[in-house]
Amino acid sequence: MNLPIYMDNASTTRTDPRVVEAMLPYFTETYGNSASRNHAFGWAAEKGVELAREQAASLIGAGPKEIVWTSGATESNNLAIKGAAQMYAKAPMGETGRGHIVTCIIEHKAVLDPCKRLEREGFDVTWLEPGADGVVTAEMVAGALREDTILVSIMWANNEIGTINDIPGIGAVCRERGVVFHTDATQWVGKMPTDVEKDNVDLMSWSGHKIYGPGGVGALYVRRRRPRVRLQAQIDGGGHERGMRSGTLNVPGIVGFGAACAICSEEMETERERLLALRLKLENELKSRMDVVEVNGHADRRLPHLTNISFGFVEGESLMMGIKDIACSSGSACTSASLEPSYVLKGLGLGDELAHSSLRLSLGRWSTEEEVDYAIDAIHKAVEHLRALSPLYDLHNEGIDITKIEWQTH
Amino acid sequence: MAYSEKVIDHYQNPRNVGAFGSSSEVKDRKDVGVGIVGAPECGDVMQLQIKVDDDGKIEDAKFKCFGCGSAIASSSLATEWIKGKSVDEALEIKNTRIVEELALPPVKIHCSVLAEDSIRTAIEDYKKKNGQVVDSAHGHDHSHAH
Repeated sequence: MNLPIYMDNASTTRTDPRVVEAMLPYFTETYGNSASRNHAFGWAAEKGVELAREQAASLIGAGPKEIVWTSGATESNNLAIKGAAQMYAKAPMGETGRGHIVTCIIEHKAVLDPCKRLEREGFDVTWLEPGADGVVTAEMVAGALREDTILVSIMWANNEIGTINDIPGIGAVCRERGVVFHTDATQWVGKMPTDVEKDNVDLMSWSGHKIYGPGGVGALYVRRRRPRVRLQAQIDGGGHERGMRSGTLNVPGIVGFGAACAICSEEMETERERLLALRLKLENELKSRMDVVEVNGHADRRLPHLTNISFGFVEGESLMMGIKDIACSSGSACTSASLEPSYVLKGLGLGDELAHSSLRLSLGRWSTEEEVDYAIDAIHKAVEHLRALSPLYDLHNEGIDITKIEWQTH
Repeated sequence: MAYSEKVIDHYQNPRNVGAFGSSSEVKDRKDVGVGIVGAPECGDVMQLQIKVDDDGKIEDAKFKCFGCGSAIASSSLATEWIKGKSVDEALEIKNTRIVEELALPPVKIHCSVLAEDSIRTAIEDYKKKNGQVVDSAHGHDHSHAH
């Protein structure tokens, strides 16, 4: 086993060597511009791009013409949300503004920030609050829809806690009401079976670097029929990607994206079972060894490979310092200027102290049982070390509820 | 973020960890002053206990800390620095000296402020218990956002 151990696959993944292999010829041999329609270099590049389009479409049950290449999921989210809002905006402006959008407070910033911008530009946004389990249901969305709702954007699986929303159900509600439905599926696609037809999705974002592909390339699924979804382009200049996203295509990146999708299609089933077993071992072992260890988010509706655990009375950043051989992330965000803990964990209505005490561990294609065993021991040791230092753990052991104390906040 | 070697050393080998008794046990002890500063929701709580001899000298100090590595190091360092000093000398310790010693980056300056606060709060507690005048005027940088 090599140290350090990588358990931050929800941030980014190692590019699969098979993907790199597929990309390499497109840098030095097949280096044409895929938009060059009148020579062999262009045709060869285009062939690579179109194969990748089929591979990406096939992973999600779509047609190749429904895939728009972007620079990543952030751009896909921006194009989907702003593009749909601008296309379906009420003109002239209605009484409640240019139109109503429904999203959720624990979405990724790449969804929250475009929605905030639209709010400033005259759209009305409903920010759904999930319960303590972090799951957004079809009923919640149905309850928020209005006459003037034009767009719903709800992520498939949450990037910090791994909870899974009822996408087929939310999609069905939107379809019935004639509302465009976008989902940020960055953490979901490639890890879990996806079928945009059965799952009632109109627009869907994902990125290459989360599925063992290259960074800097993403895709947006745009439904073409039943119903046809139209978008206002956000980047103009040449009309590439059927006018929805101009700019010379990143051919090697796209080829790598396609190869990554093809590998996921092939290996997803066995991979998710293997990772689920490892994640359950990690969670169960930590919970059995220590008290006040909480897995955040819904107990069952969650991604196989990702867990978010709070270790009571221990601050997350100091915990990460004690397990420096394990690359992971914390909800404590103590390094940020605001000193605010994770808005996702706060959004569940947990106390801030639980958010400060959390670790996110995300497994991936090369995670081994040996690494999980090492992580269990290392985390256990670090938590014990820090609890021996923790005045809060003493208070807890004296039977004092720390949430009832009047702390001197300053 | 990379930590300085001194922060890592204090984190791995914290000095003077502990307490002279639980909060109820030390509450009425006149030779012990207690300072608890910060709040769990802010991600930092420091508890400093000082034991003062008849001449007003801090003969021993113990700390506990819930917080990041820099917070742990700041409070550990504070116990080292105040031991053997008179209470009035200990009040002279400014957070900027802790920042220098531990090479704390700007985002971690609040940890040193909390350590200074914990020293002052513990000394005030000791003075109050012993009927001494507490000089509440103190100046340090509170401009950081919490």
